[in-house]
Amino acid sequence: MVEFLQQVINGVSLGAIYALLALGYTMVYGVLRFINFAHCDVFMIGAFAGMYIGRHVPEETVWGGLTVLAGAMLICAVLGIVIERLAYRPLRSGPTLNVLITAIGVSLFLEYGAQDEHVFGQRPQAFPQIFPNTSFQLGDVRLSSNQLIVIVVTVILLVGLRLFVMRTRLGTAMRALSFNPKAAQLVGVNNNVVISATFGLGSALAGAGGILYAMNYPSIEPFMGVMPGLKAFVAAVLGGIGNIPGAALGGLLLGVVETFVNGSDYSTYKDAIAFAILILILLFRPAGLLGRSTVEKV
Amino acid sequence: MRRYLPQLGLIFGIVVAAIVTRYSDAIDPYVLDIATGAGINVILAVSLNLVNGHTGQFSLGHAGFMAVGAYVSGACSLFLGPRLLGDDPTALSQGLFFLGALTVGGLGAGLAGLLVGVPSLRLRGDYLALVTLGFGEIIRVIIQNMDVVGGALGLNGIPPYTTIFWVLGCVALTIYVVTSLVRSTYGRGFIATHDDEVAAASVGLDTTRYKIVAFVVGAFFAGIAGGLYGHFKLTVLPTGFDFTKSIEIVVMVILGGMGNTLGVVLAAILLTLLPELLRPIAEYRMVLYALLLIALMLLRPQGLLNIRVSKKRRT
Amino acid sequence: MTTLSLRGLAVLTFVSLAFFSNARADDDTIHVGEIASLTGKEATFGHSSHEGTLLAIEEINAAGGVLGKKIELITEDNATKPGESATIAKKLISRDKVVAILGEVASSRSLEIAPIAQAYKVPMISPASTNPTVTEKGNYIFRVCFIDPFQGTVMAKFAKQTLKATRVGVLTSVSSAYSVGLSKYFKETFAKNGGTIAIEQKFSEGEKDFNAQLTAIKAADVQAIFVPTYYTEAALIAKQARDLGITVPLFGGDGWEAPELLEIGGSAIEGLYYSTHYSPQADTPEVKGFVERFRKRWNGETPDAMAALGYDSARVLADAIKRAGTTKNTKLRDAIAHTKDFPGVTGKTTIDEHRNASKAAAIVTVHNGQFKFVQTVSP
Repeated sequence: MVEFLQQVINGVSLGAIYALLALGYTMVYGVLRFINFAHCDVFMIGAFAGMYIGRHVPEETVWGGLTVLAGAMLICAVLGIVIERLAYRPLRSGPTLNVLITAIGVSLFLEYGAQDEHVFGQRPQAFPQIFPNTSFQLGDVRLSSNQLIVIVVTVILLVGLRLFVMRTRLGTAMRALSFNPKAAQLVGVNNNVVISATFGLGSALAGAGGILYAMNYPSIEPFMGVMPGLKAFVAAVLGGIGNIPGAALGGLLLGVVETFVNGSDYSTYKDAIAFAILILILLFRPAGLLGRSTVEKV
Repeated sequence: MRRYLPQLGLIFGIVVAAIVTRYSDAIDPYVLDIATGAGINVILAVSLNLVNGHTGQFSLGHAGFMAVGAYVSGACSLFLGPRLLGDDPTALSQGLFFLGALTVGGLGAGLAGLLVGVPSLRLRGDYLALVTLGFGEIIRVIIQNMDVVGGALGLNGIPPYTTIFWVLGCVALTIYVVTSLVRSTYGRGFIATHDDEVAAASVGLDTTRYKIVAFVVGAFFAGIAGGLYGHFKLTVLPTGFDFTKSIEIVVMVILGGMGNTLGVVLAAILLTLLPELLRPIAEYRMVLYALLLIALMLLRPQGLLNIRVSKKRRT
Repeated sequence: MTTLSLRGLAVLTFVSLAFFSNARADDDTIHVGEIASLTGKEATFGHSSHEGTLLAIEEINAAGGVLGKKIELITEDNATKPGESATIAKKLISRDKVVAILGEVASSRSLEIAPIAQAYKVPMISPASTNPTVTEKGNYIFRVCFIDPFQGTVMAKFAKQTLKATRVGVLTSVSSAYSVGLSKYFKETFAKNGGTIAIEQKFSEGEKDFNAQLTAIKAADVQAIFVPTYYTEAALIAKQARDLGITVPLFGGDGWEAPELLEIGGSAIEGLYYSTHYSPQADTPEVKGFVERFRKRWNGETPDAMAALGYDSARVLADAIKRAGTTKNTKLRDAIAHTKDFPGVTGKTTIDEHRNASKAAAIVTVHNGQFKFVQTVSP
């Protein structure tokens, strides 16, 4: 029983990070109908940004940690907006395949560029302990402070995002765009601004995800985002792509399932399980758990 | 004359293969090596082109089929070979065995293609890309867990059956089959599916069948390429067939112009030579690839090397 | 036209290549190839072994070279990518006409190079690959380090005698030949000596989250955990273990040795143990002299086990060339095979009939954030 509960906690903590990443994917897909392959690399840049910022603030303090988090989120937001502007916007009117390929190109560029010895290098680097590190004991179950911070920050960001999307004008504009871009333009929405904002917001969440991930797994390297990115995408699809609470739910579920698989005898199949889930969902319930089926108009 | 171009091409290709092989010991082995690698890449690129280019289905898991082919044929050679060939095989028997092993590898890959294709091909665009990527990874993970073929340590000690003859011969065969298929009335189905799937379905074409056939044929040849690769490198590791490898093949197809066989062949050769030529700056190779992809999409999405052989095509 | 018989062609190709490859270098240097992971995930290993190898070659050349000629070290980077080493080996053999290949550190990449070196009959000396199958690939493949059956035995005994553990857990990476092999031999010896492997958990390459596996291990109530993995994972495993409240000691093998272990592991790594090939703190004149020369050459860096083994592999090769009196591959191979009691910095090196070296292991611990030598274990 103890082991079960501990695994649940481990799973929730991992799932929270997937949820944050999934949010970015789902937002961009909802608005632009395309998978931003480079999202996971923004995640990675966030972690590295955090590492560098972390060197200038004292370790293990709350305000230091918050500075790192905010700084990384800001840098990633800017990065996301720049990528959209330079690489995706020119192709928006063309076939979606081209944007997809460009996204792959941007992703590879970020990964291999970061690998360059003059940038970050390929060796795994140590991520500093930015928040004070303790652990809490609840019976026989342990929760490290880092895990707790992940969960708390994710919840805050999730709620914040939901409020933003539901209550603010920009958020409403995003939703309008995801329903029908042309109609949104007709009612006065500036698509370019809204799309940039979507990317910025999604990338900021990726940056936060990167920091939280690096806090719990303090070995960062340029390819650290690839697998979490793919898993987060699976989570987004699982919950219903384009659906924000869905992304959170999907992330959570995936994190827990993955953790249990990891602790079992089939741990080496862990990656395959995530993809198997993706395939099953796409085959049997493509709209995802919380999504709604849409009819494709010809 | 033009009607029989593919068949003539095939015969010509095999003749060239034989000539080159005859004089192969006069050629620098390093050059032969690169030529072998280039040939394998051509087969991969042309087979993927059938799926991505001609039929318009964006598959990102091609390396998985290559892996199946490499492992199946490699396992045949390692486990069945000694038993079937005995201690001192003649050249003919060894050649026949290799042909058999390659074919079995290809069939295995084709089967994998069927298993992957049937569920995936009802999806479109981005989703298909992701699912094929997922399947590629699943194949890799499964192989990694199969200790009988070495697991994560890979399959080691595969006999070096791949020679330039086999590679060139298979290249000729692949190009022949793919080109003939596309030029046939069956191929019209591929092109129709590529152009507008909904319209094609509404005039009664079973687009799913065409997609699956393209997928399986593409997978088959990827398996052949994998078999050649395994008997060339003598060691295959599951990590050598991951997402990165799939992307490398995709880049070749895009560079060559999706749907353009000649362009894709040239692109495959170029992208094999480039790493060797760029060995001094090998660290920047992938960065350059990435920039190339982005630049291509922004500036010339129809591909760089798509020299179109003029022929009457759809308007 | 007739197609040349495939087998005849293969034989012809190999023979002619063998003929070409054992030719003395065209210029008046002896070409020696080195394959290492200078970049990529395991760049630390390649970096260290390269520095050691290069230092040895430079010293040998400064003393006049061998057979009156200088040695030219041709180093190629495989970027820790699978498949690259095979291509590079072929290039070194056919293009650069090397008389021997030094490499690789990681067993999986040595396994890529070995069949090719064997097929072309070029002697290969691995500095640090410990998986036994490497030298089984043929009689041209050698190594100057101990093998995993020995290392596994060392750690099994250590667990029982020093850690006083009779019940252990094992956490293996299925993605590396090294981890799988070492894990297997440890388990065999430990069980044979009366211990219990209470639980074994596995993970694949690239894994960062071991909480699930560690939780299961914790529930199995073990007295120590064997972690035969590379340094990147070992550091994370140690951290997560401590975070989960696991207080028992963790121990591992030579894959742990890298500065990143300390950087990433932080306080979690304190007091943990691993076996390795040598310690720079060992109190012998060879080691002291080597450490000093290495520091002088490489900006004060302290040589780790990979550097020491790289150094020894190059020196054993040079010594063999001298004893053979020629760089002809057959004679060179025999000379390497007859290496006896060569005074290496990693210990007296004798190549046995399986082409492995029988060497002592050093047990190292982490004390106050530094590596600290504990004891030597002889075979």
